[in-house]
Amino acid sequence: MDIETLVPMNASTATGRGAVELAGIVKRYADGTLAVDGINLRIASGTYCCLLGPSGCGKTTMLRMIAGHETPSDGEILIDGGNVVGLSPRERGTAMMFQSYALFPHLNVRDNVAFTLRVRGIGKAERYREADRVIEQVQLTELAQRLPAQLSGGQQQRVALARAIITRPRVLLLDEPLSALDEFLRLQMRSELRELQRQLGITFIHVTHTQLEAVAVADQVVVMDRGHVVQSDPARTVYAEPRSAYVARFMGGQNVLAGKLESVADGLATLRDAAGRGFALRVGGAVRATGQRLQFSVRRDHVRIAKLAGATVPPLNAVVGLVRAVEYQGTFVKVTLTLDAAAAEDDPFVAYVEEGDYFAGPIGIADRAVAWWEMDEMHALAAE
Amino acid sequence: MAQSKLSADRRGWPFYALGAVFVAYVVFLYGPMVCIYLLSFQGPQGGLSFPMRGVSLHWFDQLIEQGDTGDLMGALSRSIPLALIVMALTVLISLAGGLAFRSRFPGSGTLFYLVIASLVAPGYVLSIGIGLMFQMFGFETNWYTSALGAQLSWTLPFGLLIMFAIFGRFSRSYEEASRDLGANQLQTMWLVVVPILLPGMIAVALFGFTLSYDEFARTLQTTGSTNTVPIEIWSMTQNVTSPSIYALGTLTTGLSFVVIGVSLGAIALIQRRRLGSVAGQE
Repeated sequence: MDIETLVPMNASTATGRGAVELAGIVKRYADGTLAVDGINLRIASGTYCCLLGPSGCGKTTMLRMIAGHETPSDGEILIDGGNVVGLSPRERGTAMMFQSYALFPHLNVRDNVAFTLRVRGIGKAERYREADRVIEQVQLTELAQRLPAQLSGGQQQRVALARAIITRPRVLLLDEPLSALDEFLRLQMRSELRELQRQLGITFIHVTHTQLEAVAVADQVVVMDRGHVVQSDPARTVYAEPRSAYVARFMGGQNVLAGKLESVADGLATLRDAAGRGFALRVGGAVRATGQRLQFSVRRDHVRIAKLAGATVPPLNAVVGLVRAVEYQGTFVKVTLTLDAAAAEDDPFVAYVEEGDYFAGPIGIADRAVAWWEMDEMHALAAE
Repeated sequence: MAQSKLSADRRGWPFYALGAVFVAYVVFLYGPMVCIYLLSFQGPQGGLSFPMRGVSLHWFDQLIEQGDTGDLMGALSRSIPLALIVMALTVLISLAGGLAFRSRFPGSGTLFYLVIASLVAPGYVLSIGIGLMFQMFGFETNWYTSALGAQLSWTLPFGLLIMFAIFGRFSRSYEEASRDLGANQLQTMWLVVVPILLPGMIAVALFGFTLSYDEFARTLQTTGSTNTVPIEIWSMTQNVTSPSIYALGTLTTGLSFVVIGVSLGAIALIQRRRLGSVAGQE
């Protein structure tokens, strides 16, 4: 635990805490494809930041450019105010944990962890002393003499972590750090990563395509799509108030609906969709013209649902459909509806019903059901 | 039902056909070798064929005494250094080639086919060509110049192909990790790339050595006035009519086994050392 007593290995690591700023970053490959298309992003020092997006969205390219393993075609990368483009990882004060960990298979745990000290010309006794200290921090002391092939996935990950933090980087870059682990270990390592970040107080930038992983660990979630940042906000904001339909769908947990604007007054908008359903929601101060198409999201867990027979359908903010699937999820039941008059490309409507509520009045497949919600649960989405 | 299941379990004709091929292979490979090893211990009165007339080391004696049967020791004194030089160059050049061919570069496809074409080119013709070329430029053909070049034209494509297979399993992230940890290129090469690839490099070395040591077609017209071992043996078969020739076969095979044994031993030792550090701990 005694990271503060570690000797700083080079001057750059001793100053600053890893504030990262990306200014107009573009990455164009030789064949003309744009992996990253003009990204501006600010990550405050000491932040746990997740770059989140589907595969091919440019998040790993972004990470590798911050790490110094790829060079941006255009733009600047600033760490603690200094442009680091063209500098080596060591000069940047960054350290990267690779997706497959890239532990050197011919070196044991201790030599893997001490590798960076060895190439810096630090003597055997001293580098082993430092390595042992970090190995203890990640609780691998008994396994220090083992080769990577003799370790489990979780142990390998800890070695990779120890190897990355031994020189006290300002920024730790993690490329899909949990993807090689099974579900149980993933949850455990996720909280260990978060705890380690808190102890070290440095910036973590963690690439993932798993939404729940991102919101669970990150202070700042950066959602990416096709080389762009589509939203960068605290985890809760990204989940509860997605900026666009893309973010809402990608983060999950939301129903995305749309309608044409009929009227706007005092920030209150009324919409009607193609099937004639009426919706009313608050839209804030943005100027909107009637007739314009507006998308909004409703949290799946903030929807109430009942069998249509015997229920009254509210005139506004309600939908009727046929139950297509019911999945028991432990703490809640996922009920999927195909809405009446739904077009083929429309998303199915999903309600997460609290377990007790569901079994008080269960709804079965092929039942017709009504789902409704309070106006406060609706969130207007920006046009894409 | 039971009938058909039974017949499915029975071995079909492909099993026996393949079995026959395997037996024929073993007989053709080891039968002649065993004959030669046995006949090399022929008694002093014995001839070139069975039966054995006693058992002795007489023909080995004859062989070592130069003059009677040819200059075997001289041939060995050229073939072994030549094989070692070819081995070292093959490992170095194919390692460099393997590193280069990991990414496409302008002309990489053409270069690859140029290299591979040398496997297709008939060795004997190539040998004549190299001999002629040296003559044309007025250089003397020799085992350490023209023969070395001719043999490399044979071992390098093999070495490169093996390296491709080795690099197919070598992840670039090792080098990136090394760089990320502050190693310079030389340190990355020496502390990361070479140790990880070492078993594969030994395999390439083994190939280079044995291909060179055994090479005939490309060496025949390029070795100049002094012979390498295969050519010496070939010329002995032209004029030696005693079991000495078998003794020679036994000796050279023995040498090949020593080389293979040393190589495999080295690979095993590397693996033992890597695991040994654990065994010591537990």
